Amino acid sequence: MALHRGRGFACVNYPIGMNLGGDPSQALVHSTPDGKFMVTLSSIDLGQGMKSVTRQIAAETLGVPVSDVYVDTADSDTGPHCMGSFASRGTHRVGNAVIRAATEARTQMLQAAAEELEVDAADLETDGEGGIRVRGAPQRTISVADVAVAAQFKQGRTLSGRGIFLVPPSEVDPETGEMSPVTCFAHAAMAVEVEVDDETGMVRVIEINSAYEVGRALNPKLVEQQLVGGAWMGLSHALYETTEPYYPDRDHLPVDFNTYLMPGPGDVAPHNIAVLERPAEDAPFGGKGPGEMCANPVLPAVANAVFDAVGVRCDDLPITPEKILRGLRANGS
Amino acid sequence: MAKTPIAFSLNGMERSMFVDPGQNLLDALRRGVGDLSPKYGCAQGTCGTCSVLVDGKLQLACITLAEAVAGSSVTTTAGLADGSELHPLQRSFMDNFAAQCGYCTPGMLMAAKALLDRNPSPQRQDVVEAISGNLCRCTGYEPIIDAILKAAAFMRTRGRP
Ligand code: FES
Ligand code: FES
Repeated sequence: MALHRGRGFACVNYPIGMNLGGDPSQALVHSTPDGKFMVTLSSIDLGQGMKSVTRQIAAETLGVPVSDVYVDTADSDTGPHCMGSFASRGTHRVGNAVIRAATEARTQMLQAAAEELEVDAADLETDGEGGIRVRGAPQRTISVADVAVAAQFKQGRTLSGRGIFLVPPSEVDPETGEMSPVTCFAHAAMAVEVEVDDETGMVRVIEINSAYEVGRALNPKLVEQQLVGGAWMGLSHALYETTEPYYPDRDHLPVDFNTYLMPGPGDVAPHNIAVLERPAEDAPFGGKGPGEMCANPVLPAVANAVFDAVGVRCDDLPITPEKILRGLRANGS
Repeated sequence: MAKTPIAFSLNGMERSMFVDPGQNLLDALRRGVGDLSPKYGCAQGTCGTCSVLVDGKLQLACITLAEAVAGSSVTTTAGLADGSELHPLQRSFMDNFAAQCGYCTPGMLMAAKALLDRNPSPQRQDVVEAISGNLCRCTGYEPIIDAILKAAAFMRTRGRP
């Protein structure tokens, strides 16, 4: 009876979004009378950071500080349509819609500022700190707040914008089955080291090393957070979680957290991550977003590591101690 | 069935209320008092997001009878901050990106507070044990463990309750 070390590797090319029906998302941007900007969406932030990222994207496009932008989302009654938070599409699709909406709002903001300063809007630039100035004449400035007040109470003008992002719908070629499902791919490679106990069938993950290519990391801390948390979820899927442990037999079906197994804080393995940035051309500021890909490579990498360790090939998940022991017995060990 | 009047202190404020027989503390706090900071997760004592301190001891509000806290002092996440100043644990959770959806966060904070109250210099393993009754679906725990260790280090140098 012994502990066996094994190493497994997996790679992923992960499609961003999908393309049946064009995969659209919309955004609306408007200013408040005091020169803050509201981004209205119906896309869901369930912790992955959609609100933070769309806020950054809007601020960058408008040319105002991030602290002056608010994102209101997750209500499909008050926000414009979004296909949803799935298929790793949030940053890319919603971000592109926000860029368009914010660009329109910025144009109106500069027009209103031009009227106040009596210059041509084309000569204006934002300083990113809440001011607008005449290019080449930095002493001629006006604050975004003053522009918003003038637009609202004097000029009778809104500072607002609408945006939609739609991928040209791609038909399936009936002859070849060919279509273009996505506009860009993200990539990952991962090596997982495990230790398998051939007496108990228990798998302990020793270390994870990974490299992710996500376009530009628009918010590097959020990217890291998603990659760490997502890998944990993948690990959980690989080794612990199932709603039907004896599928298709429905016996022993977990009904609560006592019987639905998830790894706890004591099962965390060190995870070293390298984030590679290769900005995508059609992505907002080059960011593709990590999304579902965070969890995906873990499953095959763990399965490969278990095979490397004890020669048992599990092809259905999770890889439970029971399956490993059955596999060991089948192998005659 | 008759309601029972109880009085207890919640985050330093005296509260009196009527509770139903069998009503749990989580329900009494959320619906009775309107303190929504302890979250409703599993309601059966397995996820930890409803954690509160009762007389300084970590307790799961969903499986604590409301009547049982009569005369006690209850602390929830809403009582962690000192006015507008966040508790070092709260600040550390923010600085270390220790929340994604945030649903587990109140329970994690209370479990961490209970730990630091009794052990201001925890090792990593102590932190792991202290939060082992709390489930987090999003973060993979690592940022939470780091945030608690960093808050402990900060509090040792600056000293704060
Ligand atoms: S709600 Fe109390 S432990 Fe889950
Ligand atoms: S942050 Fe979502 S459950 Fe912990």
